[in-house]
Amino acid sequence: MYRSHVLVCGGTGCTSSNSQQIIDALETEIAAAGLADEVKVVKTGCFGLCALGPIMIVYPEGSFYSEVKPSDVPEIVQEHLLKGRIVKRLLYKETVQENNTKSLNETNFYAKQHRVALRNCGVINPENIDEYIAVDGYEALGKALTEMTPQQVIDVILDSGLRGRGGAGFPTGRKWSFAAANQADQKYVCCNADEGDPGAFMDRSVLEGDPHVVIEAMAIAGYAIGASQGYIYVRAEYPIAVHRLQVAIKQAREYGLLGKDIFGTGFDFDIDLRLGAGAFVCGEETALMTSIEGHRGEPRPRPPFPAVKGLFQKPTILNNVETYANVPQIILKGADWFKSMGTEKSKGTKVFALGGKIKNTGLVEVPMGTTLREIVEEIGGGIPNGKKFKAAQTGGPSGGCIPAEHLDVPIDYDNLIAIGSMMGSGGLIVMDEDTCMVDIAKFFLEFTVDESCGKCTPCRVGTRRLYEMLDKITRGEATLEDLDKMEQLCYYIKANSLCGLGQTAPNPVLSTLRYFRDEYIAHIVDKKCPAGVCKHLMQVTILTDKCKGCTLCARTCPVGAIEGKVKVPHVVNQAKCIKCGACIEKCKFGAIVKK
Amino acid sequence: MSSKKAGVLFQDTPEQREKLEQIIASHKDQPGALMPVLQQAQEVYGYLPIEVQISIAEGLDIPLEEVYGVVTFYAQFSLYPKGQYKISVCLGTACYVKGSGDIYDRLQQKLGIKGGECTPDGKFSLDACRCVGACGLAPVMTINDEVYGKLLPDDIDDILAKYGV
Repeated sequence: MYRSHVLVCGGTGCTSSNSQQIIDALETEIAAAGLADEVKVVKTGCFGLCALGPIMIVYPEGSFYSEVKPSDVPEIVQEHLLKGRIVKRLLYKETVQENNTKSLNETNFYAKQHRVALRNCGVINPENIDEYIAVDGYEALGKALTEMTPQQVIDVILDSGLRGRGGAGFPTGRKWSFAAANQADQKYVCCNADEGDPGAFMDRSVLEGDPHVVIEAMAIAGYAIGASQGYIYVRAEYPIAVHRLQVAIKQAREYGLLGKDIFGTGFDFDIDLRLGAGAFVCGEETALMTSIEGHRGEPRPRPPFPAVKGLFQKPTILNNVETYANVPQIILKGADWFKSMGTEKSKGTKVFALGGKIKNTGLVEVPMGTTLREIVEEIGGGIPNGKKFKAAQTGGPSGGCIPAEHLDVPIDYDNLIAIGSMMGSGGLIVMDEDTCMVDIAKFFLEFTVDESCGKCTPCRVGTRRLYEMLDKITRGEATLEDLDKMEQLCYYIKANSLCGLGQTAPNPVLSTLRYFRDEYIAHIVDKKCPAGVCKHLMQVTILTDKCKGCTLCARTCPVGAIEGKVKVPHVVNQAKCIKCGACIEKCKFGAIVKK
Repeated sequence: MSSKKAGVLFQDTPEQREKLEQIIASHKDQPGALMPVLQQAQEVYGYLPIEVQISIAEGLDIPLEEVYGVVTFYAQFSLYPKGQYKISVCLGTACYVKGSGDIYDRLQQKLGIKGGECTPDGKFSLDACRCVGACGLAPVMTINDEVYGKLLPDDIDDILAKYGV
């Protein structure tokens, strides 16, 4: 028995800020202090509060240490673990009260969260199957195989109202029942772990923090539809997730939870990993299957739908990682439990990756129907540096920007679509007044131009034309007529593209046009970028009353655009200036401005 | 987003050749073998020159144009060698709104190369990437396996100095 457990986050965010060094230092110091038999160090998945990483929690006290450095470790071991005195200066500030500490679940960041998909992340050691089993792991698979028929499994999932967490929100149970109804010698269960939306990292966190839940859910799905083989298609950019999945699959095979005759029921199921190679379009279901087959990841026309002809032309279901993470608990706790959370048409919880201009960047899981205001202001802690909220972007390159007027809309699949955005995989990027909405639309279009697979013309050519129009606007060269043409083109691309990538690519443009048309007009008519982002619409000028003529800026300028004599105010030659801003950073008198 | 560097002649060592043959042999009869083979071959060589693609096409009995088609489709496969230090700046949304575009511009200026290129001495290659998933540390860049987060453009000089610029 250990008297104390030290949990250190081993997710990508904290690993990037050297949490492995902290673990190594802890183990050395603990051994040196003779505590190796009393204190156990556990490398877990993500705790969610990535902004304050690396994170460490010491149990049984539940002390939440944030921004820990390897040099802090000796103090933690000597003071806390040896003498029982909590190291106050390292505690997460929100948990510190006058005389004692507050539980993590009472802090603003965690209080409104409800963890279903993430319940084991940051709690168990993801590389140890016994820890997963200790928290009811693989019990749902056992229940499904021994107490339920495949149809009953599908009925429970159908009744729970679970919808796909990857973006489109298709009812998971319906997908399963279609595939179950098709007879074939081989069927496949696939997991979409090709999390391509920039700014979304919930699937990665589940894979890194709780890989067995995905394996268990896929086996349950295999039983439900009659498949014996599964594939997990995971981004190669997630090396930690890939490693933990490999470990988990190996352990599950050793325990007989994958392979032949699982639980002695005669049910066979195994899983293989397939690595993506950096193509966003492979998040689209038919493209993903084409990629697993070893081809260019181009989408196929539907119908036939994958439930009829999917991977290798066999009936296939494909679900997202977060969708799977909900399945075992629905089987164990029942459809009514799951239905008790969420809104009328969107049940359960949703994980959001909070990023951008927000204090508490990280992962949050809230019941469907939580408002954007609660997420941004309460859980997220608001906008840093006293800036004003401008928009929240959801749904990645397929979604849209939600302005302040819709902050109180309860978030679910249908409400988000009604206000011109979409759930997507759950990336939620907050933007403040320094973000130019035209520039953001251009940013997303640059992304889609890059990632369009080129198979269909509306997407291949249309998105490029759209990008060029946006570029023209940010250069101040567009007319109002261009704006109308651009809008028409958006609807054309939406209506005519082959797959979801093209059909949703104009959304960032349409939603910013809908809510921030004035910014477009400012770029076109006034030739101004109100947020001060678009370089071509700005001028760098030297304030003659502040300039001392020190010549530092002239010497800094990479293109020799600043002219003037010593001790005489300098002048910017606008014809030469490339607006790089190097002079502004170097000026000691704040005499150079960009506007 | 592939790296360009002209004029490098392909030469492989007997060890590399042997590894490639092993990789091909171990995947030969699997359905959908091409992607894993290309990924592992790139680990061996660092990139996928036409000579390696020919060996794979012959080994797996897949037409060369299909192999080439797959290699050029996916961003991660490179036809050209990368630098000794691979710099990758995240231009995902979370990093972008926090100014990673400026970081990318500064690196291009400082190294004198454009994104997707390699310095003439083969030391640095620069690429933009889409989200490494460390959004809490935005803006982020990676140099080989080292991650640098919460960056400001002025940090670039000090970081590059570590690699001998």
